[in-house]
Amino acid sequence: MNITFEKHTLANGLDVLVHQNHDCPIVAVSLWYHVGSKNEVPGRTGFAHLFEHLMFEGSEHHDYGFFQPLQAAGGTLNGSTNADRTNYWEVMPSSALELALWMESDRMGYLLPALTEAKFNNQRDVVLNERRQNYENRPYGLAPMVMLGALYPPDHPYHWTTIGEIDDLRRVRLDDVRAFFARYYHPANASLALAGNIAADQALTLARAYFEDIPAGPSVAPVRPDPVTLVDEQRLYHEDRVELPRLYIAWHTPAMFAEGDADLDLAADVLANGKTSRLYQRLVFERRIATDVSAAQNSREVGGFVQIAATAAPGHALAELETIIVEEIARLAADGPTEDEMARGRVQAESQFMFRLQSVGGFGGKSDQLNAYNTFLNDPDYFERDLDRYRRVTRESLQRTVDTHINHRRRVALSVVPRSRTELALGGSSRANVS
Amino acid sequence: MNIGGDGRAARSSVDRSRLPTPGPARPFKCPVIEKAVLGNGLRVWTVRHPAIPVTSLMLLVTRGAAADPRGREGLAALTLDMLDEGSGDRSAIQMHEALAAIGAQLDSDIGSDALLLGTTVLSRFTERALQLLADMLVRPAMREADFVRVRQLRLHRLAQLRDMPAALADRMFTSLLYGSHPYGHTPLGSETALADTSCDDVRAFHAAAIRPSDTTLIAVGDCDLDVTVRLAERVLADWSGSSSPSPTFGDELPRPARLNIIPRPGAPQSELRIGHVAVPRRTPDYYALVAANMILGGQFVSRINLNLREDKGFTYGARTSFDFRREPGPFTLQVSVHTASTARAIQESMAEISDVRGQRPVAADELAMGVAALTRGYPRSFETAEQIARAVTQLVVHELPDDYFAEFVPAVERVTPADVMEAATRHLHPDRLTTLIVGDLDAIGASLSDLGLGEPVVFAASA
Repeated sequence: MNITFEKHTLANGLDVLVHQNHDCPIVAVSLWYHVGSKNEVPGRTGFAHLFEHLMFEGSEHHDYGFFQPLQAAGGTLNGSTNADRTNYWEVMPSSALELALWMESDRMGYLLPALTEAKFNNQRDVVLNERRQNYENRPYGLAPMVMLGALYPPDHPYHWTTIGEIDDLRRVRLDDVRAFFARYYHPANASLALAGNIAADQALTLARAYFEDIPAGPSVAPVRPDPVTLVDEQRLYHEDRVELPRLYIAWHTPAMFAEGDADLDLAADVLANGKTSRLYQRLVFERRIATDVSAAQNSREVGGFVQIAATAAPGHALAELETIIVEEIARLAADGPTEDEMARGRVQAESQFMFRLQSVGGFGGKSDQLNAYNTFLNDPDYFERDLDRYRRVTRESLQRTVDTHINHRRRVALSVVPRSRTELALGGSSRANVS
Repeated sequence: MNIGGDGRAARSSVDRSRLPTPGPARPFKCPVIEKAVLGNGLRVWTVRHPAIPVTSLMLLVTRGAAADPRGREGLAALTLDMLDEGSGDRSAIQMHEALAAIGAQLDSDIGSDALLLGTTVLSRFTERALQLLADMLVRPAMREADFVRVRQLRLHRLAQLRDMPAALADRMFTSLLYGSHPYGHTPLGSETALADTSCDDVRAFHAAAIRPSDTTLIAVGDCDLDVTVRLAERVLADWSGSSSPSPTFGDELPRPARLNIIPRPGAPQSELRIGHVAVPRRTPDYYALVAANMILGGQFVSRINLNLREDKGFTYGARTSFDFRREPGPFTLQVSVHTASTARAIQESMAEISDVRGQRPVAADELAMGVAALTRGYPRSFETAEQIARAVTQLVVHELPDDYFAEFVPAVERVTPADVMEAATRHLHPDRLTTLIVGDLDAIGASLSDLGLGEPVVFAASA
């Protein structure tokens, strides 16, 4: 599967990627800034995401809501922040491309003159409510804070979640926002992908017109933390307003696109995703001691982690689940996957890959994928090689990778248990400190 | 805009004093549906969408959770859940191995009026995928041992939902608005009803409610009608049975208290639902209400979201919806607000609902923006095979005409501000709005008395 595109780098460093597809009269605009929560420092966590909210509050030449004109033109839009990048996107009727470029370029070039204390305070309240809704008031919602906090040391940029700590969010000042914008939000730290019903030359001309006069900012040094390892198992528990206890186990693993990343992706499926997976069959289907189980290789720019999560059925302690999870990992590390499992893994990888490319943009879609390859690999032409990473996985490589990276006790085991039911946690767990 | 030269000259041509005006909408090809009917009454609808070698298949049955017998709430959804647990000699695991072998992800969904079983696959697997779907829908194994496991997982799931404020609110609100009406429960049903449900109930429901003449196969992708009919005949033609009776709807709806609360001590936010039973899909006011909802709470720039989020900072987001069903569905505002702001958020929400009826007139440009969002954004809903198949299900469930997609844009564009306010006045009744809070009663109890909605009725977080 090849996605044809053109790449141009403007004089100010902005990468412009253009892909034409004329099936539907729409165009996707995707703008990535290579900044995320890993660019934050302890005491200022949650900042990259709070900043993303401020990008929707108007800029110098359009100093009110960002949504109004774009939605009125029939567009849909959103943005998101993760540890490694912040993305903004619009999917517009193709006749309204220029409007989206006007809006995106105005906030890239001219955000600060429109930024006020009132907008800042309002969006901080919105973010605190986002944190309440999606983390504090949600069952198991604080588990990510505990897990990342235990996997990574306090000065490591993956130690905190993207939503950040409450005290840090309250501590942020408007001056911090200005400094952050100057440092990270400029053409040389961004990648613009346009995909859909457009002529390539016209799209490039428009991108130049709107973005070329924005000055390049200071170059952003890559974040390169020291490699991290755990010396032994760390066991933690957290009491939550939940009916059933849930166990999370995580190990450090290779980064996104690194050797072993694709093997672990497929291994996670073999172990715990879907009804054909080994752990689903043993824990949920046969023994019926768990109500669900899942696994993922969370691959990020400077490191990854595999996490397996399983919820105990009523009357069962998490130790029973842990025994079987460890057994199945050991078995996969010893014998590798079956030929059937490999065949399924490959066809599923190919299918998922194609499904993602059905749309031109939004969260996912071709424009998003072009930006991901361009931002993390400086190589937007990576579609076929990305799929090849999965085709190249063999029974032996998967087995070896599982054995090396997750078949050991250098892991974090987190038990989330109903309040006052700490006996359901793994033995020897200590209380996690989280809010 | 007109850009000359090498692009550098273009700089001066960027006018930041005003926003560029989008050009006229480019032509959009509505999905064209081709139709056939098998001898057993099963309909086959195909749409050609060969953009990428992916096919979406859906088997849609126009029977849903409203067909649950009294005392067996959740039966239709449980039946749907049993369809992928093996067929014929195939075990549940073997069925999923067969699906995984073609990279198929199963999509099962149920609402009040319909249920569907579908999948999206690479086109080279279309025939195999259809065979598996047919085996699941028509020839499920329905083994007792699998049933016991599936029902148990469902009961665990229901227990877990007691801790999820949004799920708790949805389920209680449905019950407050509809009582014992067929719409009075969410598809998941209740713990007590599920505990009473047997595998024989599921087998009986499957035999009675899932019939070829109530089923439509929707196929979108590189799909030719004749080819699809031949494939369907091979795997679905020997399925027989006449149509099952539609669920019966009485007129009686409860009169819930104005203010209701499920206490959640220490909750940092209050989960709110505000609404009442409104209109069926077939209302002549459909387009006016769709436009009214855009203005009130159907998009980011709606009145309620701008008020509660962007002005007050009470919430991460607020929205409203008319749930258009075959019988009158609910109008609902849903929002999760900071505990300290609960009473004010209720007050503001009720005022916005009331005002859209005319007290704060709908301006022409405000309507134009909502209409443009619906009409200019319309082609976006037809980008992928799965999106198109989903859109087509609406035609089946609501018996809409073939030209519905083509007519949508002009019909919405005909709506006037007066239409919006009149339709809102006819179908939104501020004095009948029921409010449900899942939140910290001790923290907010005192503030609620100022709302003038009477003493709150307190419910337990039961399922």
